[in-house]
Amino acid sequence: MSEDGALTGHLRIADQEFESRLFVGTGKYPDNETMVEAIRASGTAMVTVAVRRVDLDRTQSEGILFHLDPEEFFLLPNTAGCYTAEDAIRYARLGRAAGFNEWLKLEVIGDETTLVPDTQATLEAAKTLVAEGFNVMAYTNDDLVTALRLEDVGCVAVMPLASPIGSGLGIVNPYFIREIKRRCSVPIIVDAGVGTASDACVAMEQGVDGVLTNTAIATATDPVAMAHAMRLATQSGRLAYLAGRMEAREIGIPSSPTRGMLD
Amino acid sequence: MSDPGNIQVQVNGKEREVQSGLSVHELVESFDLNPLLIVVELNREILSRDQFKDVQVSDGDSVELVHFVGGG
Repeated sequence: MSEDGALTGHLRIADQEFESRLFVGTGKYPDNETMVEAIRASGTAMVTVAVRRVDLDRTQSEGILFHLDPEEFFLLPNTAGCYTAEDAIRYARLGRAAGFNEWLKLEVIGDETTLVPDTQATLEAAKTLVAEGFNVMAYTNDDLVTALRLEDVGCVAVMPLASPIGSGLGIVNPYFIREIKRRCSVPIIVDAGVGTASDACVAMEQGVDGVLTNTAIATATDPVAMAHAMRLATQSGRLAYLAGRMEAREIGIPSSPTRGMLD
Repeated sequence: MSDPGNIQVQVNGKEREVQSGLSVHELVESFDLNPLLIVVELNREILSRDQFKDVQVSDGDSVELVHFVGGG
């Protein structure tokens, strides 16, 4: 894992350094063994988990801590599934009590069809949770003003969506992702909508600090191979961004000399 | 008829009859759960793990037993 950081530079969020710029979720895997293997293949530095009721009838799988060692993986509890600031705050506190740190992926959904966030409720919850000492990484729209306000209220990272959660549509608005990155000082992590490796690469090429993906890896035919692909794509996109791309022109310009051609 | 030594509590949204005087720790263990891997919310208040043995469940209490599951 350390070579990822050596290649693309470490990522610092709040007081923590991360070796990898790829963040992965733990939902929707065919089984727990595949999940763990895929997470390892991704080289990720941070793994998201959800907070839910224990199934007392045991018809579902056991808790994820049976499979993920918190010593090996940095766990980031989320507030997925919450539709109000009040619910998100409740889940955040439960996540902190269940977990091992003050970190949180804040997510407040505003629309059931697209799962786009309720930005006002997200801001409201963020304010409260920052005051309670959480390191809030806030999932949000690709909306510049909301991103700036989330930074203002003290979020340690802002996580604009590429496209709707689980859609796999890739970045629908690269301009605003770039603008959010240009204007915010906290790390920007593109979260949601990544469908395949090229989407992660394109996201990183916009200059953002990291990418978070779950469904694209978990529901691939071979999740472990896709996790590896995402790892390489994230590195590749970061390196391409740092390298500085050529100017695009809508005309062909020869790569070989035009002089010295034979008569 | 319910046993007079028993009380009614709601656990994860479901009414259950449990023995009166049961501690939170005993309630958690009665479901065969590891207290170190779950969080208990009693009447909307989160209990720290060191409270589990000291706090008793009372008739009409609402208990939530939660843990981490896969998510994005």
